[in-house]
This record gives sequence, structure tokens and C-alpha cells, in this order.
Amino acid sequence: MNAIGTSVPRLEDERLLLGRGRFHDGVIRPGQLWMRVVRSPVAHGRIRGVDTSAAERLPGVVSVITSADLVGMPRIPVRQPAPGMDFTPYLQAPLATGFVRYVGDPVAAVLADDPYVAEDAAELVALDIEELPVALDARSAADLELECFGGHRAEVGIIEFGYGEVDEVFAGAAHVVSTNLRVGRHSGTPLEPRGLVAEWDDRAERMTIWGATKVPYFNRRVAAQMIGLPEHRIHMLETDAGGSFGVRGEFYPEDLLVPYLCFRTRRPVKWSEDRAEHFVAANHARQQEHDIELAFDEDHRLLGLRNEAWLDNGGYIRTHGAVVAVLTASMMSGPYRLPACRSRVHIVTTNKTPIGTYRAPGRYQHNFVREHALDVAATQLGADPVELRRRNLLDATEFPHRRAIHIFGSPMVLDGKDHLEHFDKALASSEYQAWREQARAARESGRLVGTGCAFILEKAGLGYDSAIVDVDTTGAVRVAMGGANVGQGIETVMAQITAEEFDVPAESVKVVLSDTDILPDGSGTFASRTTVVGGTAVKQAAEAVVRKARRVAGVLLGADPEELRVEGGTLFAPGDPDKRLTLAEIARVCFTPAHLRNGEEPGLIGRSTYVADGMTYPYGAHFAQAEIDPGTGQVRLLRYAITYEIGRAVHPQLVRQQILGGAVQGIGGALFEEFRYSERGEPQSITLNDYRWPRASDIPEIRLDVFEDSPAPGNPLGVRGAGEGGTAGAGAAVANAVRDALQLTGDVGALPLHPERVKELLRRRDGGDADRPARDA
Amino acid sequence: MKPARFAYFQPDSVDEAVACLRENGGEARVLAGGQSLLVLMNRRQIRPTALVDLKRVRGLDYLVRDGEGLRIGALTRHIDIENADDPQIRTAFGVLPESARLIGHLPIRTRGTFGGSIAYADPRAEWCLLAVLLDAEVVVVSEDGSRTVPAKDFFTGAHQSAARWDEIVAEVRFPHPAPNAALVEFGIQQGDLPVVAASAAVDLDARGRIASARIALGGVADRPVRANGAEKAAVGSVPDGRLLDHLAQLASKELDPPADPRTDGHDRKELATVLVARALRASIARGATAGTGATPRTGATPGTSATAGTGRQADHQKAEDR
Repeated sequence: MNAIGTSVPRLEDERLLLGRGRFHDGVIRPGQLWMRVVRSPVAHGRIRGVDTSAAERLPGVVSVITSADLVGMPRIPVRQPAPGMDFTPYLQAPLATGFVRYVGDPVAAVLADDPYVAEDAAELVALDIEELPVALDARSAADLELECFGGHRAEVGIIEFGYGEVDEVFAGAAHVVSTNLRVGRHSGTPLEPRGLVAEWDDRAERMTIWGATKVPYFNRRVAAQMIGLPEHRIHMLETDAGGSFGVRGEFYPEDLLVPYLCFRTRRPVKWSEDRAEHFVAANHARQQEHDIELAFDEDHRLLGLRNEAWLDNGGYIRTHGAVVAVLTASMMSGPYRLPACRSRVHIVTTNKTPIGTYRAPGRYQHNFVREHALDVAATQLGADPVELRRRNLLDATEFPHRRAIHIFGSPMVLDGKDHLEHFDKALASSEYQAWREQARAARESGRLVGTGCAFILEKAGLGYDSAIVDVDTTGAVRVAMGGANVGQGIETVMAQITAEEFDVPAESVKVVLSDTDILPDGSGTFASRTTVVGGTAVKQAAEAVVRKARRVAGVLLGADPEELRVEGGTLFAPGDPDKRLTLAEIARVCFTPAHLRNGEEPGLIGRSTYVADGMTYPYGAHFAQAEIDPGTGQVRLLRYAITYEIGRAVHPQLVRQQILGGAVQGIGGALFEEFRYSERGEPQSITLNDYRWPRASDIPEIRLDVFEDSPAPGNPLGVRGAGEGGTAGAGAAVANAVRDALQLTGDVGALPLHPERVKELLRRRDGGDADRPARDA
Repeated sequence: MKPARFAYFQPDSVDEAVACLRENGGEARVLAGGQSLLVLMNRRQIRPTALVDLKRVRGLDYLVRDGEGLRIGALTRHIDIENADDPQIRTAFGVLPESARLIGHLPIRTRGTFGGSIAYADPRAEWCLLAVLLDAEVVVVSEDGSRTVPAKDFFTGAHQSAARWDEIVAEVRFPHPAPNAALVEFGIQQGDLPVVAASAAVDLDARGRIASARIALGGVADRPVRANGAEKAAVGSVPDGRLLDHLAQLASKELDPPADPRTDGHDRKELATVLVARALRASIARGATAGTGATPRTGATPGTSATAGTGRQADHQKAEDR
């Protein structure tokens, strides 16, 4: 019954398929009120007045609040502080105070007994806002001094990572290749938008909140501190969730407003975000501009990398702080032998929706920028792009490979094995060289077909997590951990890891996630960390249970505890297999006086906390083949392949689905998805008509080979994290394929490669078009 | 995303429906498949005071051959046109079932109606384009009776038509068969409303010269438009690749397309050229296959999106209601 490594049926599936899942909108409490947020219609302005009187007079309206009701309340803090950087002036208040910074900035909240009335009332809140000039480009906005930030500059700070004598290396290099690349503004846009329900219990004088995902413990802490309630008076309960992707579940203004209004009215409050709201209110992501330079010696060996980037942060600094900038800058060095590197990211506020972390934050960008620059370099050096990578990838002799960089306080140690070997295996399994031949033949017949590859460096696992595993007197096994179910199958994975220790079927294990009454702390689900960190905590807690079971069973069976075997949820001595004790029997005995110990928790229970030393660095390759319609500029992906080093797959099928789903999102950002703004900062992508998700018809069959060649040395499961590798390389591979299809000598300029941009590239390649100016698509 | 307050009526007949419409004055709207109307209402972009739902109205759901022509009832769902199995319709009006496949996604095609699309008068919509191409007539009814409006006069602007506020689109008549008609469109994704769509119906004479040509475009003006100059220039010519490209240039030359945030007028014009050329080729190829014309001297067009089945187009608010 080897649970780990088996694609057991998902524990979640039965309830989800039978309609028994419970999502936030399915939480209906007696007498609940509905919240509607009144949002700024302008991108930057001074609030002269907010008149709520008409809204308050509408029958059915219970309460209308503005920032005047929240005087003295702290702003929403960052979850991950960045040493040396003061975010204070840039933090967002739950309701805009004095100024609005983007279209969608919450200005007031309406509470009514019906969602229709709430929306009617929201329209009646009269906003008097004096419009101010808007800043929509990070690079040019950096030096603005902003009154709304107390005179501070729009540039929040600069994140810099580096090592080696970069400038000297460039001065002496045989070849230097430089390019300017931009990544568009897109984001994780879960199928289920955000939502929360909060209910006050008058007898217990505490509140229950449903719908927090991703980081429920942090969110409880922040809500408690901002409202001024003890943490224990807030009980977070998990619901099912239709995706998070790093976006859903951060602490947003609404995560304060819902519990605050519940506390204020002592009535259940529900808020269910609609799609139009989601597109302006939930974190955007990605948007960056990069100047990158690569230095090579005469033999095309990489000598150095210099990179300067501007991150368009949007209106405020939200909970992630500088994480996106850190992961962009620190990992720019990538999987290559690179003697010197300097990478800088300017974090600049603009008048757009604030950005946050979205699946592969920073890595989508650094992999695109570096891998695309490498292809440009290959052309300029007269080298083959595959061979240029092979020449520079780290090989077996170089691992573990230490970069003279610390990320989030830990040294950056690439802990994989032979990247070159991985690339060679990837080239073989994807049959990439045959794709290239096909593309070449197609081009000779006049078609615009090209191929692109990218080798990506990922990271996973971070911080700490706790878990409790217990076996009750009926023999039921329960595990509680602090990660969140966001639809990824984490219940199944935690059950598998627990089941492995007891040698019982995974489906017999009950998993409770992020219930703050059962487990007092947890870190949450992000950064491909839940299996790596939470899973390890669960394993250790289950091991503690087994240790105790051995101790007790050893006494009962008169055997050496260490020699007892665990099989099918029973313990027995190898020499006397007929005499065996079930976990239920052992659990019952654990509560008898003879087996109680001072200072030790009664029962068959184990707790553990696992603190990761540093991150693990998975890696892989992406390959794309694309065809362009010369008449319309439309890019059609013909083939796609991914290889990925996973360390160890607890549930191989879920790993595959994570990578494939991630790849589809990555392709979305490379070809379709984009938040556009007008010159006045008005969002142009507020429906799924304008913000385009990739569809089944846009995605070719993706060939995926998951390797388990290099178990992560840093954790006992050997797992490397699976959540983001599918996304991280898609921008790079697609851009490289499009560039090849067009046979460009330079770069593609920017993602996404929507038809207008590709047409523009075609025009420029063919010598431009006299009667139209070059356009910034 | 909750509509503003409105009254809701569910008449059982066309007579009741038009009476209800008149009773409610100009602010009422007709609800058919709801695929555009309800989206606009949920976003509060429109706030009708009343909805007149045609769900219970019987007898407006049909595809009927009428001599050599075809009549389509307004409440006919897109899917029923897509799946029309009358071989004569498939031959004489093959472009209709093939174009139905380009409309939205299966759930949209299952609910959205032909008449709703005509009434909504979206300048990019396939049915509006084909109505103009094929010289269709639109039958509208009110309490005062019915009248027939030629498609070329019916569409008067973006989402504006010759139908009065108290009239309901009841039927669309296609008077003449169009076995060679073809529609080609470009949308960002499959199921989208196209950015630009082009349609053509070319008939060749016994010598392989163009006897007549009809060309219509969508997405290039506030309504579907015919390319009259190119149509005239085509007659009598040998349809080689050069001529077709020339006709496509002529067709787009007449245009002054509007810009939207995604596609500027110049891009639309370029797309029009590309798509008219493809539509002409597709029409001529169809004639050749059906034996009603000579073999075209044209090359293949890779990555194209034609009624031949690889159509790419998409919009969640497919145009189905007025």
C-alpha cells in the first residue's frame, strides 16, 4: 500500500462531483446581509466628499461606511517585509482616505439585506473626486513626488542582487548583446472570484469567517489587529475554492470590510465578488520592463548578465511587499554558469490596480527575459540557440551550485543535479530537433513556422508549517495542517503522506486544512510550498504518532518498539505476526493511566513544525512550435512540450495536472491575457470579452515528461514543488517560437504576442510601413 | 452584476407580445435567447423597465423552404441552423449552417436565436452580414400588422435597426439560393465575435469568368456593408489570384473602419483586404466543388478561418436580443 508515488483517486472528487462541495457563495447564514463595495471611477484623484445619504435612505440598506468610519485603523500591512525597505507610505487603507489611486479603489461599502438592493444603493453613493494626473508607465513615473504618499516618490525602492565583477566583465567581453523587453499586465483570474462570509456568535462573542484561502492564519491576524479583536475571537473555516493562483486569498480591503461590518452590525455579512469587480480589485501581476545585457567570450561562454527592470506595481503596495521584485532580480542568473551578475528591479507605483504574486511570480519574467535575450544573442553570435544553452548550462560537476546571493535570508544554493543532462534528455523526449526540421521545411514552403525552447529555473518551498496527526479510539486518522485547499488536490496529497506512515489507504485519512480552532498556526498555500513544507510537517507529525504507537504497543506486546512493524494500520513483532494491535486499540490504551505521562499530550497524537532551511530549486525545459498567419498576425501553437524535475512526485497525476494547468496559464499570458488601460487610466479589460483566457482550441496537446532524477536534499520527502514550473517557461518558449517563425534578428519586444503586435513585427521586419507610425502595441 | 429593477412579462403569442410591448412604452425590451441582453442588463449598461420574454411564444421557430428561397423564424436557435439536415438547405444555403458554427460556443448557440441576432444588429455578427450579402428581407410585426424591410435598409447603425420600438422581428427571408456563398472571419479566439468578417458569393459563367459577385463585410463600419465597386469590377473577369487580390484591395479601399481599443482602423482595413481575398477564394472553390463554376486558379491560404470549419471568432455577449 505504497501511498506516496501513487495516483490515488482524489479525496475531493466525490463531494465535488456529487455537488456537495461548499464554496463561499454556498455558505448561507440566517439573516445575512450583503456587502457591495463602491469603487473609484477615476485612476487618480483627491476625494472632496462622499455623500452616502441617498444610499442610506434606500429601503433595505442597513449601513454605508466610508473611511470616516475607520479613522485610526491601521493600513493593510505586508505579509513579507523586505529588509531596508519602508512600505508605510504606500500601504492601502481598507477604504480610500483622502485620495484614490486606481479605478476600482474602494471608497465606501454598502450593507443591505439583498444583493440587488446593495448594488442599487452603491450607485446612489455620490463621489466628489477631483481628478489628478495619472501615471501609467513605471519607468517614466519613478521620480514623481506624490501628495497622496506624503510627498514620497512613486518609486518605492530598488531591489538589487548581484555577485562578481560585472562591469569589468562587460568591459572585457568579446560580445555584448543587449535588448529591451516588456511583460504585459495579466494575472491569475480564478474561475471562482473572491468572496467571504462572516458571522458573529453573540454567546461565544466570536466570529466565524468562511472563504479565506491561501493564507488564513495571516489574514486572521491582520483582521484581529485592524478591528481590535483578540485573534481567538476569529475562527477561520475553509471552504472549497475555484482556484487561487496566488491571487485569491491575500488580505485585501474586502477581507477587512466583511468582518468589520459583521462585528459592527453583529449580523452575518456576505460578499461575493463579481467578474467585473475582480478584474479591477484583485491583484494584477507581471508587468515589467527590462533592459538586459549578456556578455560572452569568444567561445560563446556566458561571462556576465546585467539587468535593470521597472516593475509596474499599481496603486499601492499590497501584502506581498517586494516579493515579485526579489524573485525577479535574484533569480535572473538562471540555470547557467554565470561568473558575474547584477540585476536590479525598481518598484514603481502607478495608477492601476495593485499587483501581487501570481503563479511563478518573477520567474515568468526572468525566464522570459533571459531566455529570449539568449535567442537574440544566438542570432547575433551566429550560434545555434540549443547549442548556446548547452554550452552554458550547469553540469554534473557544479552541484550543489552556490550563488553568492541570499534570498529571503537564505543562501541561494541550486540543489538540483546536472542541468545539461536534463536539457539533453528533454531535447530527446520532446523530439525538438525534429520540430525544428519541420519548421524549417515549412518556412521553405512559404509558411511562417518557428520553434523556441527555454531552460527554466524555478524555486519552491519556503518558511515553516505545522501539522497535527491523531488517531482516535475508533482508529480514524485525522491530519490538520495550515495549507489551503484551492482546488489543487492538497487534501489527497496530505492524506497520502499520512497514510504512508501508517500503511493505510489514503482515502481513510481525514484532512482538515486551515481550521484555526484545531491548529493554531500555519503558513498557507503559495510559492509551491504546501507539499514541500506542509507535507514535511505532516510526515513528521505522523512519524511522532508512529513513535508513540510503537512505545505503547511495545509494552503491550512485550516487544522492542523499534522492531515492531507497521502494516495496514496495525503493529506487530516480526517474530509473532499473529499478535497484532490495531491503531484503534493502541489509541484506546493511550488514554489509560498507565500510559499517560506528565507533560505529554494524552492519546495517539503527534504534532510537528517543519522549518525549511532555504528554498529548493526545481528546473525544466519548455518547447514550442508556432505558426503565424501572415494576413492576420494570429499565432497558432502547433506543438508544446515540457520537461520538469520534480524530485519526487507524491501523486504523479496531480503533478502533471499542476504543470499542464500552469502551462495553459503561462501561454495565456504569452498570447492572450492582458489588462489594458486607456490614457486616463480606465481599465479596458473588465469582462472576459476583453480579458481573454486561453481556450481549449488555443492549446495544442502538451507533451509532458516529469523527471524524478534529483530528490530535493533539503526535505525528507525529496519533493521540489510542482505548482509553478508549467507557467514559468511559457512566455519564453512562445516568444522564442514566434521570433523564429518571423525569422527576426532582434527581439519580439513584449508579451503578450497578440495579433496586432505580431502584425507590427511583420511590418517592421519587412521594412516598415511608410504611412503609419510605429505603434506601441 | 445584478440588473436594475424591471417588470417581466411572458406572453403566449406574437399578438400578446406586441400588445405588451406597446403597453410598456419605449423602455421595454424583447427577450429571446438572452445571450446579449442579459449581459448588458447585468452590467447595468442598459436598464429596460420591462422585459417581454418570447419563451412561450410558439410558431416562430422554423427553417422553411419557400420556392427557391428560405424563410427562418426569428426564434430559431443558432444550433438548429447549424444542424439543419434538409439537403436542399445544405446545398442552396450551405453558408448558413457553416456560419452558425462560428457563433459563440455551444451553450450560446443552444440558447441564442437567429432573430435576436438580427434585431440586435451588431455590425460584426454573422447573421447580419449574411442577410446583407444574400439580399435578405426582414419581417417585423407590431400591433399595426407586419412589414418587410430589405436587409440593406434594416441595419441603420451599431445595434440600431429600422425596427421600431413596438415591433418584433418575426422572420428573415432569403429569396435566392446561394450555393457558392462563403464567410471568412478573423477573431482573436474561436467563438469570438469577429474583428472583421468577409463574405462573398461568386458565380462563374460557362467560360469560367465571373458572372456575378456579391461581397459583404462586417466589423468595418457601424453596420454590415456591401463592396459595390469591387462587385461591379469583378463581372466578366477571369478569377485568378491576381484579380481576387485586386478585388480585395478595391473592397477595402471603399472602407473607413472605426477604431476600437484593440484594433485601429488601419488594421481593420488590412484585415478586410486579407479576408475578402480569402472569402472570394473560398466562394470560387465552393463553386468548383459543386460543379457550378470553373476550377479556381488560387493557392491555399494557411491559417485561414472560413466557413469551411476552422472558424475563429468569440464573444460572451453574442448578439441575440434587441
